[in-house]
Amino acid sequence: MDAHVAQLQMQYRNYILSLYQQGFLDDQFTELKSLQDDGTPDFVAEVLSLFFDDCVKLVGNMARALDQTGTVDFSQVGANVHQLKGSSSSVGAKRVKGLCINFKELCEAKNYEGCVRCLQQVDIEYKTLKAKLQDMFNLEKQIVQAGGIVPQVDIN
Amino acid sequence: MASDGGVSCLRRSEMMSVGIGGIDSPPLDVDEVHVLAVDDSLVDRIVIERLLRITSCKVTAVDSGWRALEFLGIDNEKASAELDRLKVDLIITDYCMPGMTGYELLKKIKESSSFRQVPVVIMSSENVITRIDRCLEEGAEDFLLKPVKLADVKRLRNYLARDVKHSNGNKRKLPKDSPPLTLSPDSSDSSPPPSTLSPDSSDSSSPPLSPVEIFSSPLLSPLDDEVDDVLTSSPESTPSLVRRQKMRSPGLD
Repeated sequence: MDAHVAQLQMQYRNYILSLYQQGFLDDQFTELKSLQDDGTPDFVAEVLSLFFDDCVKLVGNMARALDQTGTVDFSQVGANVHQLKGSSSSVGAKRVKGLCINFKELCEAKNYEGCVRCLQQVDIEYKTLKAKLQDMFNLEKQIVQAGGIVPQVDIN
Repeated sequence: MASDGGVSCLRRSEMMSVGIGGIDSPPLDVDEVHVLAVDDSLVDRIVIERLLRITSCKVTAVDSGWRALEFLGIDNEKASAELDRLKVDLIITDYCMPGMTGYELLKKIKESSSFRQVPVVIMSSENVITRIDRCLEEGAEDFLLKPVKLADVKRLRNYLARDVKHSNGNKRKLPKDSPPLTLSPDSSDSSPPPSTLSPDSSDSSSPPLSPVEIFSSPLLSPLDDEVDDVLTSSPESTPSLVRRQKMRSPGLD
């Protein structure tokens, strides 16, 4: 039993580290984790859930704004990008945030093709992150179910 | 392994629409710091609310400048009778919001005789010096760069403590040189604050979870909401009270 827990914990640690190393997450995610405690064990999951809801909504808005025959309202697209940049920044979704920074410039340049491509990348990126974090939460669940404690992972 | 497209939304036990003063709820402890947080981003509201709760503040979170003014009773006379139990020690607001910016909200607060003494802090994701200066000149107490961290909020808490002292009885000591608020000095039982829910029970040693009210646009279906673009702010939307409940299972489904 202990060996199993230990193995899961190691798996978890490595997984988290890889998420940071591959640039999926940044120190704001660390900050969010530090705000979670025994009294609020689902805080991080809660915030991320809201973030992904935001992604769905905003990507939808952007897709609609870009799917115009005729003139595209780039300021509209940009406003949605700004929102997404904000929430991705607040949860530590580093890659999504980085894409939003590029996206914003593309909007300002009114680069239609660039915007469409970037939107596709944003779509892929948030879904990838969501899958990764789901895996992370599942590992946490497994550890707890095996009778262990989810380890604090020191990023540095 | 990956979940399908559906994202689990925040579970809410009920949604109640409330007018100010409609709810039977425990009185605000006059010694507790009460912060009004204003941000159009739900993610940011949740985060700032958590940060504030960790630093032992009671939090009211609203999604627009209009709702902030409505909550404070600045925009109309309706709530003026409730002012004696409205105790706001700090207002923290996002700068970039549709409809009314944080800067515009700041100005309106500073124009209000009842609330001009309340410190206002601006948050922004953009580090624009002219913006910061303009806010400080208009009377903002501080300017926080997003994403906001616990250290930032703790810093705010520290300078607040200098003004809001523990009091005996229900008198709240005001920052010096301010005109008295319309507090009823001798009421032995504080009236209930507007729309406060009973605190969640917490059996851990962390600070007790304070009630939180989240006024936001109509949330008939949580978060897969209206199709309208993100720029519309609708002050005329019915405020709905959302009770947050801890998610029962971790994970995103």
